[in-house]
Amino acid sequence: MKYTSQAVAKPYFIFALILLAGEILFGLLMSVQYVYGDFLFPLIPFNVLRMVHTNLLIVLLLFGFMGATYYLVPEEAERELWSPKLAMVTFWVFVVAGVATILGYLFVPYATLTEITFNELLPTMGREFLEQPLPTKVGIVLVVVSYIVNVSMTVLKGRRTVITTVLITGLLGLAVFFLFAFYVPDNLIMDKFFWWFTVHLWVEATWELIMGAILAFVLIKVTGVDREHIDKWLYLIIAMTMVSGILGTGHHFFYMGAPEYWLWIGSISSAVEPLPFFLMILFAFTMARDRKIKHDNEIALTWAKGTAVMAFIGAGVWGFFHTLAPVNMYTHGTQLTAAHGHLSFYGAYIMIVFTVVSYAMPILRGRPHGNCEKAQKVELTSFWMMNIGMMGLTLALSAAGLVQIFDSRVGTDLIGFMESAESISSIFMIRAGFGLLVFLGLLTYFYSFFVKEEA
Amino acid sequence: MTERITKSMAKNIYYGGGTFALLIFIALTFDTVHQIPERSNQVNMTESVVLGKKLWENNNCVGCHTIVGEGAYYAPELMNVFNRRGASDEVTFKAYMQGWMAAQPLAIPDRRKMPQFNLSNEEVDHLSDFLIWTSKVNANDWPPTIEG
Repeated sequence: MKYTSQAVAKPYFIFALILLAGEILFGLLMSVQYVYGDFLFPLIPFNVLRMVHTNLLIVLLLFGFMGATYYLVPEEAERELWSPKLAMVTFWVFVVAGVATILGYLFVPYATLTEITFNELLPTMGREFLEQPLPTKVGIVLVVVSYIVNVSMTVLKGRRTVITTVLITGLLGLAVFFLFAFYVPDNLIMDKFFWWFTVHLWVEATWELIMGAILAFVLIKVTGVDREHIDKWLYLIIAMTMVSGILGTGHHFFYMGAPEYWLWIGSISSAVEPLPFFLMILFAFTMARDRKIKHDNEIALTWAKGTAVMAFIGAGVWGFFHTLAPVNMYTHGTQLTAAHGHLSFYGAYIMIVFTVVSYAMPILRGRPHGNCEKAQKVELTSFWMMNIGMMGLTLALSAAGLVQIFDSRVGTDLIGFMESAESISSIFMIRAGFGLLVFLGLLTYFYSFFVKEEA
Repeated sequence: MTERITKSMAKNIYYGGGTFALLIFIALTFDTVHQIPERSNQVNMTESVVLGKKLWENNNCVGCHTIVGEGAYYAPELMNVFNRRGASDEVTFKAYMQGWMAAQPLAIPDRRKMPQFNLSNEEVDHLSDFLIWTSKVNANDWPPTIEG
């Protein structure tokens, strides 16, 4: 660790990983309730499980990004963090707000929650992924603003690099597009249209900048490749991200009440969306091939390559499957969307957090050369368990989606949604099995932190 | 391939391409916002429809159902439930909704369950009005079938 203030990253990483365990656990509970409708009902209805599952994901990724940023910015700027104290205050505010929100979901009926959190003042609740009560949403804004100020001040007073510029651009975008979460028009279609400004432009534009910056940082560190070279790749990747991702929002506007021209614009731009992810694979593997140093922390490079590959498969390939308008006509609102959502979030964002944690955490724990060989082996086992688990889960969800389409949307002997649900219940058992593998993989990953260092 | 591209070229593609895409996106946003009221028949958006949307949000219905294809995939799509369960007749549909909402949760073992939300008859009517309005939105011929 070059700068003592980098240490603030540690609690962020640890808390992100704890939330990840919770996220997967709730995913498992949902996968059981999918097949056995009486499971946990009426104690925790499906919508509550799902809200906890998706909100934990969003919050854990924010924690992960913040940890990554606080770790890498001092090193990039070549100075201590502007205010480590503010970073720690932000941490605790975010922890308390996050935990309180999740407990609210679990123990207060949602309609009551809307009443006691002043939703009437400015109604923002009850929309997918943006279910948070108003105080939580305001809290997120405050936390993100203090985080951006802290990072920007550090960068402005220190060395400016392409990595930090890209990172801050991504963070500013994240903050600006979150503001659409506060705009809820009475017209459902208008509401949906602007809802995507937060949801799509987070995951398919601004977060990709953040991901690219973190990946570039870790690759510089573990391969020793010249910064000029890395910068060029980073620019190329984010250029493709912006060109395809912004207008790619159009693939959500095909069949929700927006005009016809989105059918063309959305299809064409999002057909290009796999490209930045493909470039990331080339990037990671080229840098690994041309590496100037052989870092003892080999598993960090494995995660870096892994995230590029899995992001390409999940976001690129699985996204492309249903991104063309004539195909999306049949896939829109089926389990295929869930399949794509799971693998892309895991491949791009969960794995980039694993990548930076895998690189930075040993250093934060006083092990500049990475964990010992045995710990890295355990981590590698967890890498494969989680990847195989997620891949299997995605294939199962895709199969379920296809069955749904042929049950209810194509041909003549159509059956209803609930009858179709019965015909995919065995596929959902398989999905739950792979989900369990992911969870066991995560526990194995946790165990790798406790493997004793060889003397 | 990447050997021929320099860092400054890549940088220019990023800023130029990004700005270009953003400008087109903003222009199309203005046009879409202009077109949505007509495509969604905003003139028919009565007070009851708006109240129905509030109920839809306050009870987190989207946590299980999809509406116009977006939401969770635990329970049926509701954009076309007016056509599916109400045979596109308002009186039939409203009567169906009163019975359906009152009957939840259904006592069928291991069927996916819908909670009892204890809505008043009036509130259920608002919800019906909201769903009837939604069923008439021009979503480019989606959903493909009445079951989908």
